[in-house]
Amino acid sequence: MTLAATDLLLEATGVSKTYGAVVALKAASLAVRPGEVHALMGANGAGKSTLVKILTGAVRPDSGTIAVRGRPRIVHSPGEARRGGLVSVYQEPALIPDLDIRSNLRLTETPIEPFRHWLRELGVDDLDLLSTARHVPLASLRIIDLARALAIEPDVLMLDEMTAALPANLTERVLEVIGRLRGGDRSVIFISHRLIEIGAVCDRATVLREGETVGVVDVDEGSEERIVELMLGDIVKGLPGRDGRRATGGARATAAKPRLTARNLASGTKLQDVSFDLAPGEVLGVVALEGQGQDELFDVLAGSERASSGELLVDGSPVSFHHPADAIRAGLVFVAADRAEALLMQRSVRENIALPYTARIRSWGPIDLRGEGRTVDAAVATLQIDARAGREVRRLSGGNQQKVTIARWVAGGVKTLLCFDPTRGIDIRTKQQIYVLLRELAEAGAAVLLYTSDLKEIPLVCDRAIVIFGGRVVSEIDAASADETALLRAAYNLRSDALMPEDVAAEAVAGAVGAEVAGPLPDESPASGQPASER
Amino acid sequence: MTATAGTVETAGAQPTEALARWARRNAWSLGLLAFFAALLVFTKFIQPSYGVTGVQGLAISVLPLALAAVAQAIVVISGGIDLSIGSMMALTNVVAASLMLGRSDEFAVVVVVGVLLLGLVLGAVNGALVVLTRVPDIVVTLAMSFVWAGCALLVLKTPGGGSAQWLKDLVLGPLGNEWIPKAAIVLVLIVGLIWWAVRRSRFGLSLYAIGSNQLAAFRSGVSVGRAKVFAYALTGLFAAFAGLSLTASTGIGNPLSGSYTLQSVAAVVLGGVSLAGGRGGAFGPIVAVLILALLRTDMTFLNLNPNLATSAQGIILIGVVMVGTLFQIRRGRP
Repeated sequence: MTLAATDLLLEATGVSKTYGAVVALKAASLAVRPGEVHALMGANGAGKSTLVKILTGAVRPDSGTIAVRGRPRIVHSPGEARRGGLVSVYQEPALIPDLDIRSNLRLTETPIEPFRHWLRELGVDDLDLLSTARHVPLASLRIIDLARALAIEPDVLMLDEMTAALPANLTERVLEVIGRLRGGDRSVIFISHRLIEIGAVCDRATVLREGETVGVVDVDEGSEERIVELMLGDIVKGLPGRDGRRATGGARATAAKPRLTARNLASGTKLQDVSFDLAPGEVLGVVALEGQGQDELFDVLAGSERASSGELLVDGSPVSFHHPADAIRAGLVFVAADRAEALLMQRSVRENIALPYTARIRSWGPIDLRGEGRTVDAAVATLQIDARAGREVRRLSGGNQQKVTIARWVAGGVKTLLCFDPTRGIDIRTKQQIYVLLRELAEAGAAVLLYTSDLKEIPLVCDRAIVIFGGRVVSEIDAASADETALLRAAYNLRSDALMPEDVAAEAVAGAVGAEVAGPLPDESPASGQPASER
Repeated sequence: MTATAGTVETAGAQPTEALARWARRNAWSLGLLAFFAALLVFTKFIQPSYGVTGVQGLAISVLPLALAAVAQAIVVISGGIDLSIGSMMALTNVVAASLMLGRSDEFAVVVVVGVLLLGLVLGAVNGALVVLTRVPDIVVTLAMSFVWAGCALLVLKTPGGGSAQWLKDLVLGPLGNEWIPKAAIVLVLIVGLIWWAVRRSRFGLSLYAIGSNQLAAFRSGVSVGRAKVFAYALTGLFAAFAGLSLTASTGIGNPLSGSYTLQSVAAVVLGGVSLAGGRGGAFGPIVAVLILALLRTDMTFLNLNPNLATSAQGIILIGVVMVGTLFQIRRGRP
């Protein structure tokens, strides 16, 4: 179909918004045609979330106009936007935790039958509508959120990082359903940091940088490079040479005495039997699908849960942690995916970084503020934290918040860093800075254990990777030589030579424990899609 | 506190399953009810003469606090707190008593309706101030408690006034069977009707929604500010009911009537309403009020110092909530 500019379903022009001194949006524009899936791209802090909040009426813009089907419209609240056909699904579920699913549907006046229909389309058939939202697993809540939005047939559906924490099989299902919406008279605005997803479902992409729309790109073969270029602007980045570090890092890893040794760790019902060695100077990856026991493993290592059996050795001597403070004293420090878990959101960058450093001083005397200041400043510089809004950490972007959680451990001199999905929901640029930092820490002699839901990171950052499936280590991979497909197969505990159709994968997850061990992986060429390294 | 756990697969479950689910959801209230029953048996054991008069006395004495507890429960479920309930009770109590003194029964009907409307307005003012000034609810309602208490003293400096006879007859004495106190019927009717209507309405849903997760409620299209004002207004209405029940049961107005505010908070906590909001109901707090009152009676029967009884009440409050939480933790981790 041919469309004139007036046939736009949604058009936002010249939208700006400032919070005090912080400019969130300068001049953002967005034009969505009917029937298209439109990607909204940008690094963290580029203003994507603010723009979505303005479109759904959660935030009032300082200036700019929004028109739906050619008619200007001002929305004052999400309720009004919803009635006007603009609905969004956010990164975190918008269901009321203490109400059951049926009441949640009633709250948004969602018809039940279409909801059930979309739920089935999304691959969830066995949902009990009377169960309380609090007791429904996170991944299912996201699906429910999406089905609820689809059921009221909005003109424009906005998906903000909807797939960020979904397991791979559900993500595929979601993308498939979104893809099927193309060509109708409704549109989808899709936000994701995963370029693969953009390529899979989107027709066009609008790229924001520092609060401005810097380009609109037709998504096709090769447009990825262009999008990344637009997102990053003139900043050229790269990882330190990989070939060099593989030789040194790998060699050191095998030669040195392990810093951390886990022997047959088990905890609760999820973590069955996990053993590994982690040497100084090494980044060890953990590959696992959602809920295979990795959460419990990190809880045990960080001292927040006690293992029900198994043994943990630090520098060769057995340890048992009763409190995170014990783990920190033994040099094991934890970086969580959820920044809110780790940070004092209302306090400053300085206080947040200095917290463990200060807590370590076992005295009631005054804090040596000058010494603290030096340490903190050094850490802020090392991590390139943008501390303009440093008085309250909650005002920083997600990427910068995550840097603060890492910085607090770097400031004290880190020996063993436990990273649990540290780059979740973070833009490419900050992700790369975090990769570089993890490598540098390892070069400097730290031992790093890294779980990530983004499998692309494994070959980029890790020396080796262990695969956990059904609470057990099922294989070990030489990370540098594994590509994403091989890793995904390993994560599903499939034979490496077998294909991975969706149903097989689902079966593999269902029959988790007792599945066969993955064979050796084919030595395929490393994943591309990353800009060529500099050094 | 039943431990019949296990997830249910499909919607439209069998009656037994629905019953089990209902029991699981209301485990706290059922546990409290069992505790209350045990306490009644214990009372009969230590004081064999405890009977009709005891039950009548219990019903009439708990009526004001039970209504105040429901008032508090509503606002706490919505994620707030109201420290002005006691003062609103005093104000409505003295307004009703001073207007009714020496007037006709017909006029008293107008007064009752007017006082209930006054309660709605007082509560709505509290709510509007919380929403508009963005001052924390605990500060606003504490401040307003002084304002309403001052107003009450302006209306009536010393205990006085009167009550229409029909209003007294409404709560005093038994109805039909000597074991059924009128006060209990009144309580059940007022709370039952209003609470039922609230739970069925979209407003009731919003009440739980804003208490459970304000951001999610906002994103679901709930007008958070409006829902809050509604919640406080409804709390004001129940405070007015409580104030009127004081007028009815004492026959006068007292501008300095009792320490109902903090007792209502205690009853709400004991009644299984989460102070964090979003959880609980009206039934639990009422049973909690009964338990607290009966405990006090028992301590008199046991010849304990009444001052000691007050302290004991506090310790029991902590103990019961602690034991209940332990049960919940055990249920959460099979």
